[in-house]
Amino acid sequence: MSFVEYRDVIQNGDTAIVFLGHDSMFAIKVQQGGATQTKYGAIKHSIDLIGKKYGSKVTCSKGGWVYILHPTPELWTVTLPHRTQILYSTDISMIIMMLELKPGSIVCESGTGSGSLSHAIIRTIAPTGQLYTVEFHKQRAEKAEEEFCDHKIDHLVTVKNQDVCKEGFGVVNVADAVFLDIPSPWEAVKYSKSALKMEGGRICSFSPCIEQVQRTCLAMTEQDFMDISTFEILLRVYDVRTVSLQLPDLGTGGTNSQDTPADLKNQSKENSWSDSQQGTTQFKSGAPLREMAGHTGYLTFATKYLS
Amino acid sequence: MMMSGPGELPAVGNGAQYTVSEGDHVVLKREEVFKAVQVQSGRKITFEKQWFYLDNVIGQQYGTTFEVSTGGVLQPLKAKTEEVAKETNEAGIDNRNIIDDGKSQKLSRDDIEALKGQGLKGQDIVQHLIENSTTFRDKTGFAQEKYIKKKKKKYEAFITILKPTTRIMAMMYHSREPGKICYLRYDTLAQMLTLGNIHAGSKVIVAETCAGLVLGAVMERLGGFGSVVHLYPGSLPIRAAMENFGFPKSFYNHLYDFPINKLNSLLSGSFSTEKETLQKQTEVVVEEGNGSPLSTEQVVASCGETLMENIQSEETEAMDVACEDAENKEINAGKKTNVEERKSKQEDRMKKLQAAAAVLQGRNADGLIIASRLYPSPLLLCLLEFVAPSRPFVIYCQYKEPLLVCYSNLRERGGVVNLRLSETWLRGYQVLPNRTHPKLTMSGGGGYVLTGITVAMNKAKSIANNSKPQRLEEPAAKRQKVEESKS
Repeated sequence: MSFVEYRDVIQNGDTAIVFLGHDSMFAIKVQQGGATQTKYGAIKHSIDLIGKKYGSKVTCSKGGWVYILHPTPELWTVTLPHRTQILYSTDISMIIMMLELKPGSIVCESGTGSGSLSHAIIRTIAPTGQLYTVEFHKQRAEKAEEEFCDHKIDHLVTVKNQDVCKEGFGVVNVADAVFLDIPSPWEAVKYSKSALKMEGGRICSFSPCIEQVQRTCLAMTEQDFMDISTFEILLRVYDVRTVSLQLPDLGTGGTNSQDTPADLKNQSKENSWSDSQQGTTQFKSGAPLREMAGHTGYLTFATKYLS
Repeated sequence: MMMSGPGELPAVGNGAQYTVSEGDHVVLKREEVFKAVQVQSGRKITFEKQWFYLDNVIGQQYGTTFEVSTGGVLQPLKAKTEEVAKETNEAGIDNRNIIDDGKSQKLSRDDIEALKGQGLKGQDIVQHLIENSTTFRDKTGFAQEKYIKKKKKKYEAFITILKPTTRIMAMMYHSREPGKICYLRYDTLAQMLTLGNIHAGSKVIVAETCAGLVLGAVMERLGGFGSVVHLYPGSLPIRAAMENFGFPKSFYNHLYDFPINKLNSLLSGSFSTEKETLQKQTEVVVEEGNGSPLSTEQVVASCGETLMENIQSEETEAMDVACEDAENKEINAGKKTNVEERKSKQEDRMKKLQAAAAVLQGRNADGLIIASRLYPSPLLLCLLEFVAPSRPFVIYCQYKEPLLVCYSNLRERGGVVNLRLSETWLRGYQVLPNRTHPKLTMSGGGGYVLTGITVAMNKAKSIANNSKPQRLEEPAAKRQKVEESKS
């Protein structure tokens, strides 16, 4: 495995995703002689995993089974150990497209945090790009570096333990894109500008509060960034299910009572979903979840044109 | 790092990749409006009610801004334009005394036309308008700013020249020709690329009828590493949007295309034995190419030709996205070729078709993306057969209902986990000191996405499944099912 290249077979040292069910997944490090406990019993790495294909069904010791999935940045995002609040795939998708990232892009990021976005960036810019990520929290920086090594993507990323607001990214005129997820991004805008290539590039800043956005936009304007635009992206997930509703009993005698059964018959002929029984009608529905994330953060994008 | 594929390291240092050359595919930008064109000296371009030539753009760097001057000549803007001097700091507090009598602007339309005729620069015209507005001084500071901004937009024509990217192409198509891309909004496209884990080195199946926009986006993310098979309905793939990306030639080495109507024979194994008949069929298609309208493609092509004629006779504004040009040329050129050329072309096509079939038959694709105007479920169920286990797939549809059907059918089929039907909402903001609020209008819908991950199919079980279709592949889903039936 590698986070930047698919492999078919599980090998010693791989990070793999154990899939128990929707919303029930975790990441493991596959090790010769290792074992992992699940609610369906134990998985023995040497016998059950190593040499098997990704996507296989693995029977656990108590007879239950799980799937072993190839790691991707998206699966890592929902299974990684949190050291900070993280960015999720909905915002990440928008960031990557709007920053125009592709294989070969040079990117600066701060802070590294738990590395959720970092993995997605690295996946996109591999095999010829490079990520310079800056994290002022020493322990987090070290932990991130360790994970990048573990995931065999350390050749694509440089972690620096410094304060981006005081010392910048440690590189000048090399980046195609800059991403900021820090409490005071406006203090890092001038370093972002100098990190970007002379020919120009894109910048994105993520902030939960509108006051942060306002200060950042002002700072971007002062630094001659153009096309400044702020977005908010919300994910709506739908629950797919069959719903049956009871038909109203309107009594007998009216014309309606004669029409209704005929309507139903037509409906069930035309529409394969509606398997109508006496007194109820059925349909397939994509119903919104009872709760959804109402706000993650504002994404502000801008362009540095060549100067 | 082991990487298959003919990736090229980006040229470093000399900056040649940042300079516009003749024949480059570029994007023109004015304010928030984009237009994709190919740079050709001497060719007249119409954009936002203005016409000009791109001659002066050649040799300049991408990101340069130009001003349109008389005779359609583009002049590169030296420094940042000096802001229109607001000259007075005089401003009103509120609008209680501002009356709309329609006479606040002392310049008449003819006066303004005359100013334009003198070849006056846009910013000077704006200055004249301000000086001749009786109410300008009474407006509040914010209203003055808004007035200037509006006038600048009208009279100052700055055009920036950009390299095409997925961001720009997706935004351009969404605002100009959403019908051509099945109303796929750019944030939805962004979700698809991420959920599909599209990255260098992958072998991706793309079934799309979005003018090649999705295909182009996937190719950009592959960066020349890996391969793509484009599945298309009818007899020819339509990919004008992809052409607009201006990818280097190497990107095309591992781009395959395969007609959807050959999928069943490929799956059943009768495709390879069909070679002979296939050859005959392609011959028929080629021969009847300019005759009866057999397929939608040919209809589209002939529409394109009439457009082409319009352009040749007189410039039209209808041809906003100039992307069709390249394709039309190809078709026109195709007509003129003699029989021999036609034959060799046909053989090439046969070879490419065989190659695409071989790529599919590996049944080990790393991803599947569907975004088409076709009913998705049959296409999805068929194409999943070509995808390796533990790989993501993404289906886009403008409507939710067909994806509900896909969801149910996938549950019945098995071999997939982590199914999710979703949609994204995108909200833009105006951020200005003391005037920050959500944008007044936003897009009502950008389509829906169904995504999941393939897993190994249990052969014995899938037979058992036929008798007991309720049995599910996901252990946790069982509980879900119980909850569902309760509700």
